[in-house]
Amino acid sequence: MGKQLVTLKLNGKRVEKAVEPRTLLVHFLREDCHLTGAHIGCETSHCGACTVDIDGESVKSCTHLALQCEGAEVLTVEGLAQGAVLHAVQEGFYKEHGLQCGFCTPGMLMRAYRFLQENPNPSEEEIRAGMSGNLCRCTGYQNIVKAVQYAAAKLQQTEKVAA
Amino acid sequence: MNAPTDPKLLERSAALQGLGDSRLRKEDARFIQGKGNYVDDIKMPGMLHMDIVRSPLAHARIKRIDKSEALKIPGVIAVLTADDLKPLKLHWMPTLAGDVAAVLADEKVHFQMQEVAVVIAEDRYAAADGVEAVIVEYEELPVLIDPHKALLPDAPVLREDLAGKTEGAHGKRDHHNHIFTWDAGDKAAADAVFASAPVTLKEHIFYPRVHPCPLETCGCVASFDPVRGELVTYITSQAPHVVRTVVSLLSGLPESKIRIVSPDIGGGFGNKVGIYPGYVCAIVASIVLGKPVKWIEDRIENISSTAFARDYHMDGEIAATADGKILGLRVNVLADHGAFDACADPTKYPAGMFHICSGSYDIPAAYCSVKGVYTNKAPGGVAYRCSFRVTEAVYVIERLVDILAQKLGMDKAEIRAKNFIRKEQFPYTSAFGFEYDSGDYQTALDKVLHACDYKGLRAEQAQKRADPAAKTLMGIGLATFTEVVGAGPSKMCDILGVGMFDSCEIRIHPTGSAIARMGTITQGQGHQTTYAQIIATELGIPSEVIQVEEGDTSTAPYGLGTYGSRSTPVAGAAIALAARKIHAKARKIAAHLLEVGENDLDWEIDRFKVKGDDAKFKTMKDISWAAYNQPPPGLEPGLEAVHYYDPPNFTFPFGIYLCVVDIDRGTGETKVRRFYALDDCGTRINPMIIEGQIHGGLTEGYAVAMGQQMPFDAQGNLLGNTLMDYFLPTFVETPHWETDHTVTPSPHHPIGAKGVAESPHVGSIPTFTSAVVDAFAHLGVKHMVMPHSAYRVWQQLKASGVAL
Amino acid sequence: MIPPGFDYHAPRSVADAIKLLGSLGPDAKLLAGGHSLLPMMKLRFAQPAHLIDLNRIDALRGIREDGNTIVIGAMTVERDLIGSKLLQAKLPLLPDAARQIADPQVRNRGTIGGDIAHGDPGNDHPAISIALDATFVLEGPKGQRQVRADGFFQGTYMTDMAEDEILVEIRVPAFAPKTGSAYEKLKRKTGDWATAAAAVVLRIDGGVVSHARIALTNLAPTALRAVDAEAALLGKPLSDATIQDAAAKAMAICDPADDLRGDRDYKTAMAGQMVQRAIAKAAARCQ
Repeated sequence: MGKQLVTLKLNGKRVEKAVEPRTLLVHFLREDCHLTGAHIGCETSHCGACTVDIDGESVKSCTHLALQCEGAEVLTVEGLAQGAVLHAVQEGFYKEHGLQCGFCTPGMLMRAYRFLQENPNPSEEEIRAGMSGNLCRCTGYQNIVKAVQYAAAKLQQTEKVAA
Repeated sequence: MNAPTDPKLLERSAALQGLGDSRLRKEDARFIQGKGNYVDDIKMPGMLHMDIVRSPLAHARIKRIDKSEALKIPGVIAVLTADDLKPLKLHWMPTLAGDVAAVLADEKVHFQMQEVAVVIAEDRYAAADGVEAVIVEYEELPVLIDPHKALLPDAPVLREDLAGKTEGAHGKRDHHNHIFTWDAGDKAAADAVFASAPVTLKEHIFYPRVHPCPLETCGCVASFDPVRGELVTYITSQAPHVVRTVVSLLSGLPESKIRIVSPDIGGGFGNKVGIYPGYVCAIVASIVLGKPVKWIEDRIENISSTAFARDYHMDGEIAATADGKILGLRVNVLADHGAFDACADPTKYPAGMFHICSGSYDIPAAYCSVKGVYTNKAPGGVAYRCSFRVTEAVYVIERLVDILAQKLGMDKAEIRAKNFIRKEQFPYTSAFGFEYDSGDYQTALDKVLHACDYKGLRAEQAQKRADPAAKTLMGIGLATFTEVVGAGPSKMCDILGVGMFDSCEIRIHPTGSAIARMGTITQGQGHQTTYAQIIATELGIPSEVIQVEEGDTSTAPYGLGTYGSRSTPVAGAAIALAARKIHAKARKIAAHLLEVGENDLDWEIDRFKVKGDDAKFKTMKDISWAAYNQPPPGLEPGLEAVHYYDPPNFTFPFGIYLCVVDIDRGTGETKVRRFYALDDCGTRINPMIIEGQIHGGLTEGYAVAMGQQMPFDAQGNLLGNTLMDYFLPTFVETPHWETDHTVTPSPHHPIGAKGVAESPHVGSIPTFTSAVVDAFAHLGVKHMVMPHSAYRVWQQLKASGVAL
Repeated sequence: MIPPGFDYHAPRSVADAIKLLGSLGPDAKLLAGGHSLLPMMKLRFAQPAHLIDLNRIDALRGIREDGNTIVIGAMTVERDLIGSKLLQAKLPLLPDAARQIADPQVRNRGTIGGDIAHGDPGNDHPAISIALDATFVLEGPKGQRQVRADGFFQGTYMTDMAEDEILVEIRVPAFAPKTGSAYEKLKRKTGDWATAAAAVVLRIDGGVVSHARIALTNLAPTALRAVDAEAALLGKPLSDATIQDAAAKAMAICDPADDLRGDRDYKTAMAGQMVQRAIAKAAARCQ
């Protein structure tokens, strides 16, 4: 039960730390790496407030051991913006009033970020199904759907311009 | 104020992004970048972690607590029990309802998951290990779960600490499990009406226990500095100033040496008003150990031990004429408060604002009584977007009106219209003594019925009912509710003796931007934006440069906090009036600068102009600079004001909600086909934010009506206290919401605003029940108890002989 | 919220995993997707001294064809079952059902093998495997053996798998032409276990049902195969009467637990509803 070393890439930077095997990724991020964006809303893996992106997949970081990230690339909400330029999903949540208390927001953003890469042109039904692992108590989800639609449109625009 | 039509004026007005503008939120930047500052984000040097040992039993004596194994665990520093708090007289604490509650169980436990001991350790993992290692021996006692049995002569004694106390905070106690009996209205008048009325009906309406379950759980970081003798506590509190006053009373530290900070809060919904044992223990631990102590609860702890909502067993009676004119109302309530009365109600109102239960109707005679009892459950009752029991009040009257309509064979919209308080009757004094400020229910109802093609819906329903092969039952629900918010006038409303005013201070900087602080605290309602918008329109300064701060008791003026939709009605008024004080001084400065008399000036959006000479004006920017550089003789420099607002009355927002459901006859699942919500909250500060609040309140209402429950077994075990069972709907279950509005300003409010965020919750819940019951109404069903889960609705399908 | 301490092992091969399992004994638990085990450990219902993480064993992942058999690595995650073109073409019941399990994040980690091996009556893959006539390949210190899904599940958290074995593969015969399938799962909300669910595989030849498998989820201490219900359909044309009969026979073998999802009566009735709906949907898909 002694500490073990874990080495990973976190928001593009190499990180190496010694952790107890039982250290949950969400605690590793919040306490050891001082990235408090990922939040804890439950202990039964339901709420999704802890969602991050690991090797290109949305994962609930409360149900993942830090050690399981050995050699992985982890992206958290703190890594979404490129300098001062917000990611399209962040802009969408702002423009469409997709947040109120903000507690579910980092998890929502990380899931929306990955979801739109899995499905760049989703219908409303697909957005609702695709985001169904993230709970919110404040917004009733309706404006979050609009936020994701905003981001989808913006990302497709950006792609068109780039192409 | 009237909207300008001149394009130049419109441009200047738009640039302010003030009242009425759906401007985007100022607070979003930190949240969308993961830079929010919630309690669990806070780290202080040397900070320790606290976790709580909790009782697995609902009612038991504590025979022995053994700390020794826990203290051996590496990282564990201390274990505290009631015995450690006794010398400080902190093992019990006063509640906001005039009762006392155990901080740590003193010789016995009263509910499952009650706090028994706390473990303080170097990190949260060691604290958790410590909790597992504390050994507690219990001797089980008979459990009281059913409130109907609480007042039987042989009912178990719960509150041994109250032995012999025949007077409670709210009057006589005539049984060891009796808390209070409170009533309102005129019993004799009501009884007389019922004795002679042509039509009377009685229905038992139960509003089950539910829990607000905000996404962020409760917690704090308490840090006592032994060198300075000062305590700072970061805390998930909707009422930080109240916390400071209570902590001062409990600890003996003067308020001047206590700083309470509510940072970013991840949802409150009434769950974060009360003072929990965890907070007290963290503060004590910090004082004793001289180090910061953090406590954050788990979700299971949150659901099981913090402020629950409702649990009102209501017997409602209505008296009417044969053609549906309501003559009288009687409601008697048995209130299950759990083991301690910890409700956060204004002191004089142990049943909150329940006496708003005459609703939107002109009812000449009415009476209600509420009897509170103890049971072996977690303490509480007032929480969850309830406006102090208005959820219960609106539920009972809307159910009764539906049932009356059914009994008389009348349409439920028609009977409501027949009984509405008419526009001309406002201000209207109800049979319970509330003076409703303003309302126009008929216009709103007409709007909703038209928008939803109510006639068409009824025709469709009739068709479906005639088709035996139809696979679904269609229901149409309606609620036309008035709620009472904005607590409240201090002669009526106080918390621990502190009147329920609220406050605002505003300071304009020399170069024209501003900072403002209020006694409320946002938990997602957008105060940093909406409050700035009020000031922007009052003072002609863009909301973008008005910095709003709340939650730090060392800087914010004293306020009673944010709950019961009181922020806009009370603090909003304080904001407007503080701004007007500044406006008055600004006029003096402008007059001085322009060398005219004050009465020679007109105010236009963002400037004072000399009457009849458009070229001569001073903007607020000019005036701000002048305030610090050339104040008129006799005036002090600076440009600021503070206002404490004691509201003259409550405010009375209202709404008309219509819901269409289709119930699967095979499974009992209810699909919400349509939900139309029209709200009238008077002046609308930010329509975008209002709409967001409505969506959220409707969704929480949907959760309550359709799935949330807190079932207890006979041993007092709370079943389903995780998010596996406690129903929080996802994106997939949550219906699509349609919102609409009318605007009927409050005549007594400085900007005519009433408050809105609890209305969708208060109003939607009876609407859902109305719809589900309506689906069965043709089969003689009058009422169904929530939650309307597929399982429970299926049982009604079976009982009615229509299950597939 | 905080699991108790344990030692962590991440073998890179099946052989190493089996060795570890053997040497660490009953104090060790296998970590697959982790979304059953880790929550149990966080609530301290499970307190293994050792975790053997199977996620680094590439040999346990993947979906391939072996003649007429589809072979699915036990560590294949639900999301990959959904996205597999091979499964969509040859075994559409799997992607269809996987879509109804948990939520998107959980499906990125939850594995078919973990869902099967745990022996939880609430899990979906046991009934699906039965309906697919699947065979499980288990590997232990003595080598590999194959066990039919139908018969593998013995009780709640009890399967035929020995403590020193690992589930490595699931082998399923590809659907014959004109096979239709469906998984109807009634649940309280997204992410919940089934209140009642039915997996149905049908083949209709010459107007008559020539093949039928009906299996039930969360209606007994294990997944159930409703043999009598299948017999009620076989050899006859499909009709409302035979479907009702099959549903009644499925209901007759249900032994559900009373819980917050519903009492025995409700769950049994819902078994009937799900069976009927699954048969109708499967029949419509018999192309």
